[in-house]
Amino acid sequence: MSDSDHFSSAIHASGFEPTQFIETARMHGHSGKIGIRYNGHGDDWVELSFDWHEKLVGDSATGTIASGPNITLMDMASSLSIWVRSGRYIPQVTLDLRVDYLRPARPHHTVHGRCECYRMTRSIAFMRGQAHDGDPQDPLAHVAGTFIFLDNPA
Amino acid sequence: MIALPPYADLLGLRRDGERDGMPVLAMDFGRQVLGRPGFLHGGAISGLLEMAAFAASHRSGRGGAVRIKPVNFTVDFMRAGRELPTHAVGHVSRLGKRIANVEAIAWQESPDVPIAAARMNMLLVRG
Repeated sequence: MSDSDHFSSAIHASGFEPTQFIETARMHGHSGKIGIRYNGHGDDWVELSFDWHEKLVGDSATGTIASGPNITLMDMASSLSIWVRSGRYIPQVTLDLRVDYLRPARPHHTVHGRCECYRMTRSIAFMRGQAHDGDPQDPLAHVAGTFIFLDNPA
Repeated sequence: MIALPPYADLLGLRRDGERDGMPVLAMDFGRQVLGRPGFLHGGAISGLLEMAAFAASHRSGRGGAVRIKPVNFTVDFMRAGRELPTHAVGHVSRLGKRIANVEAIAWQESPDVPIAAARMNMLLVRG
């Protein structure tokens, strides 16, 4: 089965099931390389996480994870939050993403990222989210972004 | 130029000359940077842009021990990243005592046709 087939079967199942999607993505591509996994979801949010690993470090002196894995996490949680909110897979791509680094992530701590799709228009989905490494009250990053639908949404 | 960190190795980054005096980084297409089938992951593009921004910041440094703490990072995705090598270069638009404002662009076939652009504000901690 090709990557495309895997993705198609995961996303064209009845409704939208984030656990199936993330299990598929886990074995493939950049998110799989980072080890991103599913934590939970609600009506308009999805939470994912990944474990600290030496290969993800962006600053060897401190052991702090690079921003790439965090952005990958938040980008993916955002995409999924759009699909859980709409109840189905809608092709879309990231238009822009802003990350505020509130504090460095602590080495050897699992990073959790929760993103919420708080507004959808015919063309654009607006999302926001926070990442933490153990205490949701002490976030390490705040994210805001927009996605654009590739064809007509509901 | 400083050594690239482990995450740069995961992305498969390599140095690929200079542009306007700033180091150019290259990233080959492969499963390690794949997003949806056939396209680069936005996170991988962001990681490449961040590394290019850091590289430009280090190149522009005034010397001395400076630790760079990222304050924020904003990326615009302009075109899909296809199954091609991607290049990125940073540019320091202002280097102050405490803050560096840095931009970076990523392209595939031509620097005139960027696939993504980022802005990064960095706090410089000296001493």
